[in-house]
Amino acid sequence: MTSSLLFNITTFAYLVSMLLFFVFLTSRTKLLGTVAIAVAYGGLLSQTAAIALRWKESYDMGVGHAPLSNLYESVVFFSWTIVLIYALLDIKYKYRVIGAFVMPFALLGMAWAQLGLNTGIEPLVPALQSNWLLYHVITCFLGYAAFAVACGISIMYLIKAGGEESADKPAGDGLLSMFPPIRVLDDLNYRAIMVGFPLLTLGIITGAAWANYAWGTYWSWDPKETWSLIVWFVYAAFLHARITKGWVGKRAAWLSIIGFAATIFCYLGVNLFLSGLHSYGGGK
Amino acid sequence: MTTPKSDFLHSLWDFFCSLKLTMFLLISLAVISIIGTVIPQGIPPQEYLAQISMAKINLYKALGFFDMYHSWWFILLLYLLTVNLVACSIKRLPHIWKIITLPVTILDDGLERSLTNVATIRNPADASIVKEQVVAFLKTNFAEPLVTEVDGVWHLFAQKTPWCRLSVYFVHLSVIIIFIGAMVGSLFGFKGMVNILEGESVSKVMLRSEKELDLGFSLRLEQFTLAKYANGSPKEFKSILTVLENGKPVPDYTNARVIVNDPLTYKGITFYQSSYGNAGNYYFSVSDLDGKNPVSLTVPGQSSLNLPDGSSLHVIEATDDISPYARGLSGPAVQVEIHAPNGKTESLVVYANHPELNIQHAQKHGMGPVIHYKGAQKRMYTGLQVAKDPGVEIVWAGCLLMVIGIYAAFFMSHRRVWVRIQDGNITVGGNASKNQGAFRQTFESLVDNLKSGLTKEKP
Repeated sequence: MTSSLLFNITTFAYLVSMLLFFVFLTSRTKLLGTVAIAVAYGGLLSQTAAIALRWKESYDMGVGHAPLSNLYESVVFFSWTIVLIYALLDIKYKYRVIGAFVMPFALLGMAWAQLGLNTGIEPLVPALQSNWLLYHVITCFLGYAAFAVACGISIMYLIKAGGEESADKPAGDGLLSMFPPIRVLDDLNYRAIMVGFPLLTLGIITGAAWANYAWGTYWSWDPKETWSLIVWFVYAAFLHARITKGWVGKRAAWLSIIGFAATIFCYLGVNLFLSGLHSYGGGK
Repeated sequence: MTTPKSDFLHSLWDFFCSLKLTMFLLISLAVISIIGTVIPQGIPPQEYLAQISMAKINLYKALGFFDMYHSWWFILLLYLLTVNLVACSIKRLPHIWKIITLPVTILDDGLERSLTNVATIRNPADASIVKEQVVAFLKTNFAEPLVTEVDGVWHLFAQKTPWCRLSVYFVHLSVIIIFIGAMVGSLFGFKGMVNILEGESVSKVMLRSEKELDLGFSLRLEQFTLAKYANGSPKEFKSILTVLENGKPVPDYTNARVIVNDPLTYKGITFYQSSYGNAGNYYFSVSDLDGKNPVSLTVPGQSSLNLPDGSSLHVIEATDDISPYARGLSGPAVQVEIHAPNGKTESLVVYANHPELNIQHAQKHGMGPVIHYKGAQKRMYTGLQVAKDPGVEIVWAGCLLMVIGIYAAFFMSHRRVWVRIQDGNITVGGNASKNQGAFRQTFESLVDNLKSGLTKEKP
């Protein structure tokens, strides 16, 4: 058993789970929802094992380090955290159908990583040889994942709110009846961001602490740092929006989607389009 | 009392207390910050300036876009945000403070009507005995209650974590503490750079403000080494440093190792491994395509050599063994950059053991000349970042407060329970500052437990 085989199984599981969620949404067969989430959990387990195995494999190769060191490994980890946060949300609030809007993010990550990125285990460059790598990456990505889940929920919110406005009939049937009520979606969006925001804050602080330890500057307005602050500003605005009149509902949902777009740019866009300190060792 | 002046102050105050201003500032800061991630900050590289028009360069300069995070308008936005959050906090704090320090301890009809969680238990036993039972119950199951008697009616009040209502203000305070830490750092600290050649020592460093700073001691580079993995990627950059006081080595700071992610601190000044290079010479030979007219060239490691045709050549990177980077090749190689007088830049790899590749390259680019690499004289230097920041502890204190504050603000709730014992009825009311759904469950199970507890204890 190799980690690479397990990662392929994971990707397939997320694909099956996503498709099952779509069928569940249209057929409204409860059993399908249960199977869809069971497959997602199976994928999560296999991915957890794969990450642990890859960690071990790196030690077997003599370049032992946590599998969080390049673009491939970070995308895989991001996908893992998304399913993890979704699983926690499902255990706590039991709104299964959200999976139809969250699993695509996890699948997209795994598919891109498996098909488009260099999967080789590489030794750690000097800049990354620090325990801070672990704390920094884990907090950041758990935060990003919570924002991904919030984004999925916000898309559901906008679809449902739009559907209720256009249709005069009460949402008795059709796809939208499967969605949780918009009040619940609004609340779940807030709860997901409530988890993501402290984690992002911790991620920025651990990054600053690491930068200070490695370079003597905790903040240097590097594009990555600046974009993480931009994301922080957007979600800080979201949180304040909830106590401001006129900013609830749709506008808050849009703010959450914009926040996730900024998150993705902070994570990938900065590396692809701008220059800076976070090259993920993949910029060769 | 409505003179124009106080009117103006009032509206100014209201302006700064408004959450709409907060939203505006947060979103503006988010959008404006993008500028500095697209336009290079600090001293823009030549290649970038060559790409854009002179008019743009002048406009960007005038607007402060090349150092936007220190420009007056960006700082102004940060100040406005600070004033805004201070004003908002001052406006709301007295009310919150009153809730915490002067709690309503009596469950009267008005309060009862305002609560969403209310339950009544019928219990005809003696009021003072029931009171004792409820007090004991709350003490073990919720929090120690405050007992008040008003006209023969018993009122109990118990609360949990009232201070968490303050957590938002702690988060606001933490932002200000971080700003203070940053200011202390920029006023009393410094950041600089120093290059040290192997075997040599320095006592002055170049600051970012382009001033020189005397360290008060000297730092000698004993050795710089670069270790690589089998695949050629760097494994470790290591400087062995010795601190000298009056020319004598300081015992605990002799042959100290500094690598990336492991700096050296002496007398509050920290040295970080940042760059390295060879200050020794690189040797080349240049000839015509057919090998005629060979000329030896010596290129200093830290500068460039001007060639007869007006172009200049400098070494970007050198290796003693090219094999990890290029399959089938071996021996020393250098990557050089040639700047032609017409502004064109060419980057190429020149080999020592593969003259045919050097000729091939020259043929591809016209008639030559052909450049051959003849090896290098090793004289390594290390580049260290030098920093002193007395504000950094303040920044960490602010960060810690922020994390605790955000956690408390999101995940803790001020929960209050009132009990009134009157005419054989026990009326229980409850309220939480956050997460009403979860509190409803807590409240219901509390009431259930109280009910069953009281029935059990009945004689």
